[in-house]
Amino acid sequence: MESRPPAAAAMTRTVVIDPVTRIEGHAKITLHLDAAGHLIDTRFHVVEYRGFEKFCECRPFTEMAGITARICGICPVSHLLCAAKTGDKLLAVQIPPAADKLRRLLNLAQLTQSHALSFFHLSSPDFLLGWESDPAKRNVFGLMAADPDLARAGIRLRQFGQQILELLGGRKIHSAWAVPGGVRTRLSVEARDWILDRLPEAKATITLALGLYKTLLDGPLQKEQRVFGDFPSLFMGLVTPDGRWEHIDGMLRFRAPDGTIVADGLSEDDYASFLGEAVEPWSYLKFPYYKPLGYPDGIYRVGPLARLNVCDSIGTPWADRELEELRDRSGRVATSSFAYHHARLVEIVACLEAIEQLVNDPECRNSRVRSRASLNRNEAVGVSEAPRGTLFHHYQVNDDGLLTRVNLIIATGQNNLAMNKTVHQIAKEYIPDPVPAGTEIPEAMLNRVEAGIRCFDPCLSCSTHAAGQMPLHLQLLSADGQILAERRR
Amino acid sequence: MSVITLSVNGKEVAIPEGVSLLEATRAAGVDIPLLCHLDGLEPVGACRLCLVEVEGSNRLMPACTTAASEGMAIHTHTHQLLDYRRMAVELFFAEGNHICAFCVANGNCELQNVAVQVGMDHSRFPYQYPQRVVDASHPLFAIDHNRCILCTRCVRVCDEIEGAHVWDVGSRGSHCHIVAGLDQPWGEVEACTNCGKCVDVCPTGAIFHKEDTTAEKLRHSDRPALLKAARDEHVWRNQ
Repeated sequence: MESRPPAAAAMTRTVVIDPVTRIEGHAKITLHLDAAGHLIDTRFHVVEYRGFEKFCECRPFTEMAGITARICGICPVSHLLCAAKTGDKLLAVQIPPAADKLRRLLNLAQLTQSHALSFFHLSSPDFLLGWESDPAKRNVFGLMAADPDLARAGIRLRQFGQQILELLGGRKIHSAWAVPGGVRTRLSVEARDWILDRLPEAKATITLALGLYKTLLDGPLQKEQRVFGDFPSLFMGLVTPDGRWEHIDGMLRFRAPDGTIVADGLSEDDYASFLGEAVEPWSYLKFPYYKPLGYPDGIYRVGPLARLNVCDSIGTPWADRELEELRDRSGRVATSSFAYHHARLVEIVACLEAIEQLVNDPECRNSRVRSRASLNRNEAVGVSEAPRGTLFHHYQVNDDGLLTRVNLIIATGQNNLAMNKTVHQIAKEYIPDPVPAGTEIPEAMLNRVEAGIRCFDPCLSCSTHAAGQMPLHLQLLSADGQILAERRR
Repeated sequence: MSVITLSVNGKEVAIPEGVSLLEATRAAGVDIPLLCHLDGLEPVGACRLCLVEVEGSNRLMPACTTAASEGMAIHTHTHQLLDYRRMAVELFFAEGNHICAFCVANGNCELQNVAVQVGMDHSRFPYQYPQRVVDASHPLFAIDHNRCILCTRCVRVCDEIEGAHVWDVGSRGSHCHIVAGLDQPWGEVEACTNCGKCVDVCPTGAIFHKEDTTAEKLRHSDRPALLKAARDEHVWRNQ
């Protein structure tokens, strides 16, 4: 982190947090102060560029599961599943019931491992070691030193999810096991037995983490719950036809902060009618918005908190009890972004219960796991719930099956407006107003601004793909705001 | 049939007259990397991986196309040859667009295997990133020119075994590429019998079944030899 002093006493000042740490991907945050030291603007910049949407063009659509899984090492499964689902639609096939259940099992393991990583490895050092603790030790290694049992349990919970991915797909990351038409193999007896054997330990770990977190939430983290991105916005996520929690199929639902269902039963096929994609010159991350409200008023959030906000219930007993507790603490529609952490833990409970149901389902042992067909459609949209939120893949192909257009709407991008708003709210709360000229802002304050981003567990490596529509706009401004030089690309 | 003797890396071997140096190295139990050669197809010496040193000659000889003769002394694994082989493999990678991560042949690719065999861990030559296309106009198969190493196995198997002669090599130099028919989209070439032999013999993921996804391509590179034995010698697989 660095604080850049003004070039001249009368000029505005920009505080730069670069890089933002303990997130996946590269980003920086800028806090813009006026000459008197008042905070006038904040920006969350995503500074890396990936370009998958462009270089996937002209490739066979059958490769998309393999290619897009490589977007990320944390949640390759999300892209794998979404690409496979989009491929199903291009083939126009109904996948076998066993394949559907096995894909679900894969996604549940993915949600578990990713949420465990976010909570134990990336975020819990802030809660458990303290916002003001030594930055050099405020990480998972510091957690190991301070509470080795909890750290070990958290690491093993992530391993539980990762191991299921390997048992199903042959490798922990970048498996190509899900394919258009289904999956490649059924669940083996050995895999089923291993999962059942390790489930009690995973349940014990999440019980421990939930107990600890709720204690913190009722005590020292009350202020964070209030000021870490607590603002009204829409929430979007998949739900089952009867309104329960869903993570791979179902229909899209938007819920307002007052609990009203704004839109329901939306199909991913029609995403362009209700989702717009804005761009800003200072970030490679798109700014999706809810079209009927326009940009930027159409701000909405996705991810674990959004999924819990939009659903009526989860559908399994333990997870539903935890969901009720979350709603008791944070409201029927929790609007604080800090509640994402709590939502992740509740979703892990939901995942463990669903995993147990699935591995005991004899259908997962059925050897018919793949439907085969040739290309039957030229356009398809796939959707799934990644750990960070709803993921869309939209492909157009020619009659030979070669991609002519690719659009990826990534969960993290959909939280972009909310992340910027969260950073602004935290900076307003914790950065002194005004900041006296020449003074350094304490690291602990800047860490809270970073932590606002960590609430969303953003995966920036996933989320920066658009090409040809990202303008590069440079402005050289004088102290009084006049444009001295300007260049556009 | 008369027999000749020669030495391979100092080891004396006796082989039938008229066979290639490659057969001599096999008789000596020496393994040389190969990419263009395939038993059952006429050798062409295109990949240059099987180059060997022949005592008394000041140039390197491709083992697959050089006839063995009485009293020859050849060397297959000198420092110079090892270096040249690795260089040749690096050039294959630098010249095309070989992205193993999502290739249909990943884990079952002869180019990948050869890279491991020669100890290639990176390319010392700058990648060319050529602009190449995928021809998926055939209803069953596709050819991705990004992955083609111009071994011409497809050309030979289609001509020599199937007798359809769909494939040829078009253009020159770095523009050289495999063409179907008279440089038509593969799906428009009426001579194609849809037999899939070109898919079977392709050493990389260049020619593949359209429904194959990452790492799903299976190689059947032994089929030309089996078919040839069946036709010429009436030896069938189950005999």
